[in-house]
Amino acid sequence: MRRAFQATRLAAAALFCLAGAAAAQTIAITNGKVYPVSGPVIERGTVLIRDGRIAAVGADVAVPAGARVVDAAGKVVTPGFMNAATGLGVVEIGAVQQTNDQSLNNRRITAAFTVADAVDPFSTLIPVERVEGITRAVVAPGGSSALILGQGMVIDLGTGGLPSMIDRSPVAMFVTLGSAGARVAGGSRAAAMLELREALQDTRDFAANRRAFDANARRAYALSRLDLEALIPVVRGELPLAVRVNRAADILEVLRFAREEKVGLILTGVEDGWVVAREIAAAGVPVVLDPMQNLPDFEARGATLANAGRLARAGVRVAFATFDAHNARNVKYYAGNAVAYGLPWDAALRALTIDPARIFGIADRYGTLEPGKDADVVVWSGDPFELSTLVEHVFIKGAEMPASTRQRQLLERYRRLDPSNPPGYGHP
Amino acid sequence: MTLRASRWVLAALAAAGCAASSSARPPQSTPAPTAPAASAQATPAAGQAAADTEANPFPSTYRPLPWAPTLIRNATVMTAAGPTLANASILMSAGRIVAVGPNVVAPAGAVVVDGTGKYVTPGLIDVHSHIGAGASLEGSELDDINEVTNPNTAQVWVEHSVWPQDPQFWLALAGGVTTEQILPGSANLFGGRSVVLKNVPARTVEGMKFPGAPYGLKMACGENPKRVYGARGGPQTRMGNMAGWRAGWIRAQQYREQWAKWRKEGSDPSKRPQRDLQLETLAGALDGRLLVHHHCYRADEMAEVIDMSHEFGYHIASFEHAVEAYKIRDLLAREGICGSMWSDWWGFKMEAYDGIKQNIALMDEAGACTIVHSDDAQGIQRLNQDAAKAMAAGREAGIAVDRDRAIRWITFNPAKALGIDRVTGSLEAGKMADVVLWSGDPFSVYSKAEKVFIDGALIYDRDDPRRQPSSDFTLGNTLELDR
Repeated sequence: MRRAFQATRLAAAALFCLAGAAAAQTIAITNGKVYPVSGPVIERGTVLIRDGRIAAVGADVAVPAGARVVDAAGKVVTPGFMNAATGLGVVEIGAVQQTNDQSLNNRRITAAFTVADAVDPFSTLIPVERVEGITRAVVAPGGSSALILGQGMVIDLGTGGLPSMIDRSPVAMFVTLGSAGARVAGGSRAAAMLELREALQDTRDFAANRRAFDANARRAYALSRLDLEALIPVVRGELPLAVRVNRAADILEVLRFAREEKVGLILTGVEDGWVVAREIAAAGVPVVLDPMQNLPDFEARGATLANAGRLARAGVRVAFATFDAHNARNVKYYAGNAVAYGLPWDAALRALTIDPARIFGIADRYGTLEPGKDADVVVWSGDPFELSTLVEHVFIKGAEMPASTRQRQLLERYRRLDPSNPPGYGHP
Repeated sequence: MTLRASRWVLAALAAAGCAASSSARPPQSTPAPTAPAASAQATPAAGQAAADTEANPFPSTYRPLPWAPTLIRNATVMTAAGPTLANASILMSAGRIVAVGPNVVAPAGAVVVDGTGKYVTPGLIDVHSHIGAGASLEGSELDDINEVTNPNTAQVWVEHSVWPQDPQFWLALAGGVTTEQILPGSANLFGGRSVVLKNVPARTVEGMKFPGAPYGLKMACGENPKRVYGARGGPQTRMGNMAGWRAGWIRAQQYREQWAKWRKEGSDPSKRPQRDLQLETLAGALDGRLLVHHHCYRADEMAEVIDMSHEFGYHIASFEHAVEAYKIRDLLAREGICGSMWSDWWGFKMEAYDGIKQNIALMDEAGACTIVHSDDAQGIQRLNQDAAKAMAAGREAGIAVDRDRAIRWITFNPAKALGIDRVTGSLEAGKMADVVLWSGDPFSVYSKAEKVFIDGALIYDRDDPRRQPSSDFTLGNTLELDR
């Protein structure tokens, strides 16, 4: 990608605009140091991509005649990375409310809110993130006006548009507890837990008595009909709750809640997670966290850069997230910092690939370089977590991604300042 | 009241030239390897109003912590004053850098640190932080950054908001930060007076104040003032912002003239003009005694603010954030105005939408004063990583970025913007021994600050918990379970 970016930008753009054609291509990425994630590193391997999928990976893969060959000698090849909580596709400019569909201030629609219904495939953020090696992302509802924020999805960051970019939706029901939840519930964490429990109780009652509800012959519920319907997959154990919580005691409370209510659980935030890592591991609950969160407060007295490493060491499945939109690309550096503070490098790679894939139910098609999986493949100039490393090629579902982004167009426009020819006039 | 008045009288009597502060170790007494423009800006013109109206009532009480002569040897030394030195040594003693180079001998009794495989840099300097004024603890009780009561609050001094127990200071220290400017927030056109701190543990903010560092004035462009005051009497627009600044400067000019006239006519105590804290700060900025740090994102607004600075005859030390600096980098270079930037923040608001990762590299290439800043309690822990990202982005686009220049983005250049580059910001004999020993290349994601020296005292040692400052808040709040 760097080469295309610097030298043959226009040609590359023209070539890669034919995304459909590219998907049908056979591409051999050869001679690279390949991290398949599903197995040990291959020092000098080939990744063969055919019809959008990975066809073969190994040290002795034959390159078929007619295949496009990408020489990755001296380069590193990994699956594309996944950021496990973002606002991609639903936030264009954070502070411009009209361009921000990530959060609601609407007590009547909470659980029913589905970010997939608001996604903009032409968001200028998506190319900015993907040229830096992010190929999948969880898009989570945000906000702070309700305990139950709504349903998130997984997207791919390719050029396919709607509906193909929506990989899976919904993937989880997002909930905020802790001090934010307490505020919504009127001032105490205890009330927030009660409200959440009531929502699930109402949902079960609603699911069992729909006819009576429709006949107006059932007691009043705390939630609207739309929200109750949205929560049915949760009480059936088909859709996990993704609960944002940081304080160690709150984590234990949520673990107990999920056990008692027999619902699936993903913990997000989890700044004090290391304190109760043993309990989280024993419950088999995965976590989605930002490993850079180390600012102590009463919500996370134990916040530390060592959190991710300690959780992983205790056997907890960890996925990394930036919980933002515009710099979702930086999740790879979060991984590098987690490594610097004790997380094994291989575990960090899993936390950006197969572990979020498993947590959000797309591991059958993404997360490793194994035959049959979608060909989300990135060629890096070196260690993908290192700050000096550049992205050379990004493939999503077998299609090489264009190098162009709005930011790179701005760079082009202002690369040379010519007072006699103002930018935007006679320039790209 | 009485005390304040009498202090003022004493100061007025002491008047003459020494303006900035009653410093324990005034930088003027130190060798000046360079004499950059920003420092010259900080020096008050002879006979200015400074000492008359503004003897510093909150003087620094900072003293260097106990030190031992220390030699770090056989390290890769990035001096920020020239090329990187391989297999070099640095000797610190009595708070100062004694020598840097290949053949430095440790005096008898010196602590010798083996730097094999490690890197040494100057202490990192963040030109833009709010830590202390806005602690990490949730709730508004410790949020003292923005005095959101009027678009002009030039009268507030952010040091009066700084809580020295904010745990964020020590996280920044672990990231190699030895000096930071704490700024008031950006809600107001004129936000107030900044303060420059040494990142040392102390009971009071006075105990952290960087001796002799000039004060700064925080100003803010664009969306923030108009968002905050649009429904509260204005400004509601960018033109309202501009009118607000100009009105402030006009009053400051009148104030300055009033005092000049009084002095010219013999400084008769019975005719002394009324002091005004707001105008004192603004007049100080017009005089060049306070360095102007103007939060501004958009190129066109920065250009207009530069015109305004010409109208009123002051110099802008730095545009803060400056996400569109690349669009006018020639102008900023010509004007000698620093850009204090992030490597990659963008899009969180409209005026940040055109942020590009090459902003820093393009500014550097244009010869403009280039600074990597944080404005963030997490970012301040990794200024080195932000500089590394900016360097990589430059190289990706074919912009040559030199490592020895990039290290200046987080050391010498912020020192320059703060008017303290004669005493810190690079590793040169005679300067303050503000020094970081890194486990490896500071531009690697895997490297960590191992030892941090401030004025030659070992303030932070990653391998020795006794040499790691901690906040009072931490006591009893460390989560250790007995199991």
